[in-house]
Amino acid sequence: MSVSEVAYRLALVGSPNSGKTSLFNALTGARQKVANYPGVTVERRSGRIKTGDVVVDVIDLPGSYSLRGRSPDEEITRDFVLGQFAGEAPPDVILCVVDATNLRHHLRLALELKAYGRPMLLALNMMDLAQRRGMEIDVEKLSQELAMPVVPTVAVRKAGIEALVQRLSLDIKSLAESDQPSDEPWQPPSIAEFRHLHGEARRIAQAVIVKEGMASTVSRQLDDVLLHPLLGPVILLAVLFLMFQAVFTLAEMPMNLIDSGVVWLQEVLGRSLPAGPLRSLLLHGILAGVGSVLIFLPQISILFLLILLLEGSGYMARAAFLMDKLMAAVGLNGRAFIPLLSSFACAVPGIMATRTIDNPRDRLTTILVAPLMTCSARLPVYTLLIAAFVPNTTIFFGAGMQGLVMFALYLTGVVFALLVAAVLKRTVTRGSSQPLLMELPSYKVPQVSQVLLGVWTRVKIFLKRAGTIILGIMIILWALASYPAPPPGATESAVTYSLAGMMGRALAPLFAPIGFNWEIMIALIPGLAAREVAVAALGTVYALSGSEDAVVESLSQVLRASWSLPTALALLAWYVFAPQCVATLVATRRETNSWQWPAFMFTYLIVLAYAAAWITYRVTLALT
Amino acid sequence: MEADDLQTLGDLAVGEPAQIVKIIGQGADDKPGRIDEVELERRLLEMGFLEGEEVEILHEGPVGRDPIAVRLGGMVIAIRRFEARAVIVKV
Repeated sequence: MSVSEVAYRLALVGSPNSGKTSLFNALTGARQKVANYPGVTVERRSGRIKTGDVVVDVIDLPGSYSLRGRSPDEEITRDFVLGQFAGEAPPDVILCVVDATNLRHHLRLALELKAYGRPMLLALNMMDLAQRRGMEIDVEKLSQELAMPVVPTVAVRKAGIEALVQRLSLDIKSLAESDQPSDEPWQPPSIAEFRHLHGEARRIAQAVIVKEGMASTVSRQLDDVLLHPLLGPVILLAVLFLMFQAVFTLAEMPMNLIDSGVVWLQEVLGRSLPAGPLRSLLLHGILAGVGSVLIFLPQISILFLLILLLEGSGYMARAAFLMDKLMAAVGLNGRAFIPLLSSFACAVPGIMATRTIDNPRDRLTTILVAPLMTCSARLPVYTLLIAAFVPNTTIFFGAGMQGLVMFALYLTGVVFALLVAAVLKRTVTRGSSQPLLMELPSYKVPQVSQVLLGVWTRVKIFLKRAGTIILGIMIILWALASYPAPPPGATESAVTYSLAGMMGRALAPLFAPIGFNWEIMIALIPGLAAREVAVAALGTVYALSGSEDAVVESLSQVLRASWSLPTALALLAWYVFAPQCVATLVATRRETNSWQWPAFMFTYLIVLAYAAAWITYRVTLALT
Repeated sequence: MEADDLQTLGDLAVGEPAQIVKIIGQGADDKPGRIDEVELERRLLEMGFLEGEEVEILHEGPVGRDPIAVRLGGMVIAIRRFEARAVIVKV
C-alpha cells in the first residue's frame, strides 16, 4: 500500500438534533456501510470518501449531549472518541457537528471534546436556517477562538458539503499527524468544570455572533395546536389510527399482487414439473411457505415508512411528551413510548430503539414489555383466524365486527404491556424514577432520501430473513411433515404418519386444556423462529393432510371446517402474548448481555399466553 | 433582589419569561427513590439549564399540566414539573 492510500479515520460527533446524520449521509451518500458494532445492536454507520489522493473513513457516532456516556448510545460515542472501544482503532480526527442556530449550547460539547485533546474540526451545520433567520456568524473568529478549522455546512444541500470535503483533503493529514491526547485516563468534567465550559461556550458564542436574527415561530405555532392539552391527545390518537388504517388499506393492492404472483408461479411450476418429492418441496414447502411470509412485506414497509416520517418530522418527541404522564403511571417516562410504537412493526427494532433510554432499569422494563405490542408478524395469524371465525357483520357506523376484534386484540396487547411494566417496575426492575429531560426539536419536512434509506435498510433485513431463516425452516418443516411417508393402505392423511405429526401429538396433551389440537402444535413449533411462519405452517399441514381440494380451498375455509370456535379464539388469545419469537429473544439477550432476561421474558410470556388461552377457551366453551 | 422575586421553574406560569438564577439539583419535595441531587444537577446542566439563561414555559402536558415544554435559548426542552423545581428562576 502506498502512503497516499492511507485511510484517515474521521469520527462524527454531535448533539442529538445537530443534523449530524444528515451531514453524514450527504458526505458519504450511497457509499455508506451499515453494520453492527461487535456485541451490540447499535448500527455502526461508516463510509469512505476519496478526495484527491486522500482517503477518509467517516464514522457516524450516536448523538450525545456530553462525553459522560449516560445511555448505551452515548457510551459508544464516549468509548469510540476515547479510543477505548474494543475492536476499533481510535479516530485520527473528530468532526464535531454543531447547530449554528443553537451555537451557545452546542459549543459546550465542542469545548468538552477539545479539552480531551484529539485533533478536530468543526462543522457549523444548518447555516441555511441561520441565514434565513437573519443570523450572522463570524466564522473566521470562531475558528480563531476554538483554534480549529471551522466549515459552514448545509447538510440537506450539496453546498457546503463540497467545501467540507475540500477542507478535509487539505487539512486532514496535518490534523491527523498533530498531537493526539495523552495516555492519562480521561475523567468526566466535574460540575464546576462543566459550568466553566458552559460559560466559555457562551462567551465565544457572544463574540462570534454578529447578528442574532429572529427565531422561527413556525414550530411554536404548530406546537400550540399539536401540544394543546385537549387537541394534542386527540390528534395523536387520530395520527395513530390513520397510521394503522394506512397500513391495511395501502398494502392491500401490493399484497394481492404478491399473492397472485405466488399462485401463478405455483401453477406454472406445477404443470412443468413431474410429480414427486421435488415438486412437492417447491410448491408446498418453499413457495407456499416463503410466499405466505413475503406477502407481509408491503404492510411492514408502510409501517416503517410512517414511523420514520413521524420521527424525521419531529412529531415523535411530541408524542412522547403527550404520553409521558401515562407512562409515568407505570413507572416509565415518555421516551419509552417511541420504542413501544416501533414494536408495532417489529419488536426487534423496538428493542434496539430502547438505547436512547438512559436509565438501565427503565430500559430493561421497556425491552421486556416490547413483545406485548402487537408486531406485524402477528397480523397474518390474526387476519387468517378473524376471516375464518368472526362474522363479517357491520355493528355501528360502518365499523365491522372483524375490525373491532382486530382492534380489541391490539388494545389487549397495549393494556398488558402497561400492566406488566407497572408490575415489573414495582418488583424486578424497581428503582428510582427517572426525569424526562428531552429536547423537542424544531419541526422539519422529513428528508425523503433519508427516510427511504431507512425503510430500505429494514426491508433488506426482512427479505434476508425470508430468504434464509424462513426458507430453511420451511424446507425442514416440509421434510418433517412429509416423512416418513404413510404406510401402504393408510387410512388417515399423510401428515398423521410423519415426524411432524408425531411431535405434534406428543405435545398435544400439554395443550389440550386450552383447546389446541396437534395441527396447531405443528404450526407453533416453527413459529418459534418467526411468528408469521405459523400461518405458512398451517398451510403446509392442512395442504398435506387434506385432499387435493383442500389445497385449492382457501385456508380459512379449511380451518372453519376443522376447528371449533373456542379453539380459534384461544389461539388468538395465545397470539396476543405469543412468546415464541427467537429473533426477539436473541435481540433481548444482546441488549441485556445475559441469558437471564430473555429466559425471564420467555417464561412470563408463555405463562400469560397459556393463562389467556385457557380462560378464553373455557369461557367460550361455557357460552357456546 | 428581593426573595419573593424568586420562584422555581416548576411553578412558573405559562408564557412568563424568566431568568435562571440557580440550579439546586434538589426538588421541592423530597420523595424517596428519586435520582440524587448531584446527578439531577449534572443532567440539567448537560441539557443547557445554566445560571443566566432565559427560560419560558411554552406548553403544558394534557394530564395534570405535566410535563412542561420549556424554551431555553433556541431549544425547547420537555421536563417534568418535579425536576423543574430544581431550577430557581427570577421573573
